[in-house]
Amino acid sequence: MTEPSMVELALPGTQPDYHYPAYRSSIARSPRMPLVLLPQTMTEHGGPVFGHGLIREYDSDLTAQHEGDPIGERILVHGRVLDEDGRPVRGALVEVWQANAAGRYKHKVDTHDAPLDPNFSGAGRMLTDDNGYYSFKTIKPGAYPWGNHYNAWRPAHIHFSLFGAGILSRLVTQMYFPGDPLQPLDPIFNGIPDEAARQRLVSRFDIDRSEPSYLLAFAWDLVLRGKNDTPFEERHR
Amino acid sequence: MNDSARIPSGSQTVGPYFRIGLEYLLDRTPKLAPRVPGTIEIRGQVLDRDKVPVPDAMLEFWSPATVEGGVSNNGEPSGFPAGFRRVATGEDGKYTLVIERPAPVRFNNELMQAPHFMVLVFARGLMRHLLSRVYLGGEKVIEADPVLRGIAATRRATLIAQPEESRADLHSWNVVLQGADETVFFAW
Repeated sequence: MTEPSMVELALPGTQPDYHYPAYRSSIARSPRMPLVLLPQTMTEHGGPVFGHGLIREYDSDLTAQHEGDPIGERILVHGRVLDEDGRPVRGALVEVWQANAAGRYKHKVDTHDAPLDPNFSGAGRMLTDDNGYYSFKTIKPGAYPWGNHYNAWRPAHIHFSLFGAGILSRLVTQMYFPGDPLQPLDPIFNGIPDEAARQRLVSRFDIDRSEPSYLLAFAWDLVLRGKNDTPFEERHR
Repeated sequence: MNDSARIPSGSQTVGPYFRIGLEYLLDRTPKLAPRVPGTIEIRGQVLDRDKVPVPDAMLEFWSPATVEGGVSNNGEPSGFPAGFRRVATGEDGKYTLVIERPAPVRFNNELMQAPHFMVLVFARGLMRHLLSRVYLGGEKVIEADPVLRGIAATRRATLIAQPEESRADLHSWNVVLQGADETVFFAW
């Protein structure tokens, strides 16, 4: 009888700890009992596969979802989704959401005294192509205050949610912008212990993909868990 | 590791505003009718250390086998995979989901696992999502499941949804993020 191997653990320092008191909300919401090792069975090898039927027109252009143009710096965010062997993850569902240029989310619990933009919802989604490539057009989000500690401000960021090959490749993270002085002060950014791992969440300014008189571009690659050993089902287009 | 080996990107919290980007999926989820054969309903609440309901949690449920002996049918015209659901908690920390009933899943070449879902827990305050499992079928599943048998006897019950006496298709299951009755979460 062959025993399944256990689910592999992340390289130390490259993922945040659940309990991180500098991020106050983690104190009462993080587990304190030891995490249990899990055998890697069919449940862990498989995962949901999302199809193109899910994606609508303008889902990857956050500047074109309303009557008028949103206010702010127009940007292109693009990059590749790769696995641990550096191979492209095809057909990965990428979901994004963000604050507007003033640092305000279109959400009822956001009470920051900054204007909403009637022309900006701040949500998008797309599937990666055969090279693992994604791209979307949006406006650059603003920094915003939050209640974690005195004079706390989140650095500008875009939230990303991804499904790769297999449920264990699931990733929710945030993309940051280069040269933001708020990053070293941010407990969420700092929750990843390893400096190099933190810096991999910062996008790169990309003059080559910036378009004259139109937009600036930022490039950001993501790496999902898995080594392409997960059986893929044929994706319907 | 080969030359192109890469380290997986670091996780960051889903934050309090995830509904902006993630709730659309609820509208694009094929609707299943409750109380019909082949579907089940799970209801519960997400609670923190102080038993305060968590009003901004998101749960994702996944089973690779939602028909007896078969594999989930992915790639429907809707683009929505079977065996998967995303739900968010309300102001009271409660959630409800209706999903295809899961089937037993192979453990290895000899043993099967009892019907279950993998559960991913996201919330403000969670820097990285939590991995758990929920089993259907009451206490009797423990003997039938190699993963449950490997968990300390005192904590197994946290992974078992309780069927309602009045309705066999309705189960209740709470997620306790911290405390003496903390739900079992897995390392990954």
